[in-house]
Amino acid sequence: MWTWFYKLASPPYVYGAAAALVPWFLGAAALALGYGLIDGLAIAPPDYQQGDAFRMIYVHVPSALLSLTVYTVMAAASAVALIWRIKVGHAVSAAAAPIGASFTLLALVTGSLWGRPMWGTYWAWDPRLTSELILLFLYVGVMSLRSAFEDPERGDRAAALLATVGVVNVPIVHFSVVWWNSLHQGATIVKLGAPSMAGSMLWPLLSMWLGFMLFFAAVLCIRLQGEVLNRERQTKWVREAIMVRREVKS
Amino acid sequence: MNVGSQVGSIEAFTLIVRRELCLSFRRPDQLLQPLVFFLIVTTLFPLGLSLQLSLLRDMAPGVLWVAALLSSLLSVDSLFKSDADDGTLEQLALCGQGLTVIVVAKTFAHWLVSGAALVLVSPVVGTALGIPTGVFPTMMLSLTLGTLTLSWLGAIGAGLTVGLKRGNVLLSLIVLPLAMPLLIFGAGATDRAISGSSAAGALYFLAALCVFTCTLAPFAATVALRITLE
Amino acid sequence: MDNTFWSMGGYARYVWPCFAFACAVLAWNLWSARRYHAAARLRAQRALQMAGGGES
Repeated sequence: MWTWFYKLASPPYVYGAAAALVPWFLGAAALALGYGLIDGLAIAPPDYQQGDAFRMIYVHVPSALLSLTVYTVMAAASAVALIWRIKVGHAVSAAAAPIGASFTLLALVTGSLWGRPMWGTYWAWDPRLTSELILLFLYVGVMSLRSAFEDPERGDRAAALLATVGVVNVPIVHFSVVWWNSLHQGATIVKLGAPSMAGSMLWPLLSMWLGFMLFFAAVLCIRLQGEVLNRERQTKWVREAIMVRREVKS
Repeated sequence: MNVGSQVGSIEAFTLIVRRELCLSFRRPDQLLQPLVFFLIVTTLFPLGLSLQLSLLRDMAPGVLWVAALLSSLLSVDSLFKSDADDGTLEQLALCGQGLTVIVVAKTFAHWLVSGAALVLVSPVVGTALGIPTGVFPTMMLSLTLGTLTLSWLGAIGAGLTVGLKRGNVLLSLIVLPLAMPLLIFGAGATDRAISGSSAAGALYFLAALCVFTCTLAPFAATVALRITLE
Repeated sequence: MDNTFWSMGGYARYVWPCFAFACAVLAWNLWSARRYHAAARLRAQRALQMAGGGES
């Protein structure tokens, strides 16, 4: 039963699996994003309150959800690496960090652009916005800590601890609209019960969310290959993977 | 050869706290630096904004807390550094007592000379910023809880960065995002007390943060040190 | 569909930069990841060449 777990801990297996999965993830992401964009931008009806401005939801919400998901993935991989000393976990965590940081930045910028017409301001020191900004700082902190060490293994472990400690911020971001009086809208999809959004607006959103997730998976796999190579440079399997077969597709 | 394991945990804790306090008081100038920094930073705001005392009062909780945060960060860098530099830290790790006991003792001693000292000085700073004396108990309670939490967050950061050359900037980068909720509730408690409404909610939340951090941070800080010492 | 689509009900100057930035971020992610992988492979090749004494 545990064989699949052991396989996941093996760098050559992970490298090969990542390489094979990239085109599938990218293709599926393209389909989901394509449908979501067309439906969301052109077909879905304008909101009765926000007009066409609501369409920014189709990039804002997926990127915000992903910013949290990617941090959780990073923290989980870090925890696995620290507890069970599985080095692949560090590779996953290192690969996920810049992707998650970029999604967090995207969420903040798209949210800011959406806030200007809706709330009249580009920024507010509101619990949701502030905790999302803290999330960005946490990502940057993890990446900076990892690169500050001369010994990459030590850097990996230090960054892993910080990533694990910082995961407390993820529920804070998610529940901030529940726990405090926030300017930001409450949860409409990730909550118990049916989503509180019309179907014609919801489907493109779900598709964009799925597309972003698949895209993250694809980019993670590409970066993961690089991270695994960096950590396993002198091993035999790397020699065989790199020298003997010059792969064309990443 | 583990003489250390013949000593009970409480005794080891007391010994290390006493050692830390002894070492700290041997360098009184180093002891006072964070406090002076606290006073100076607090002074910068009224000077920079040239506000009347009554208007300054609105900003006072935030100014006080930002200054406390920054001065805590300044002092926490030295939590493990000198011991790591001369090898004492490794000796302590090997002495037979759990590393956690040592970390708890060192952090508590550090809090006594930095955070607790800050709380005692805070009425002076509060007066300078126009905070009414009736608010002082709330202010000092919130600062006590806050500096305790900060010492622990700083201990995690210090454990992670102790071996690095320019570790203190990175330390701030790591600790400040984690300390932001603390700032929000700490300043919020004092703010609410100044405006007359009940600060109980914010204080309870601060207490919860403090308990949460004091319970889990020792283990995180120990792991951080082990990563550095290995 | 044309003009109402591009003007986005008057919100065009918020909506289109929003989507443009999103495309830029996605493109950056792909480009950066590919570059990272390529650089890692190059470094691995060099390391193996040096270790193997020039055999490739």
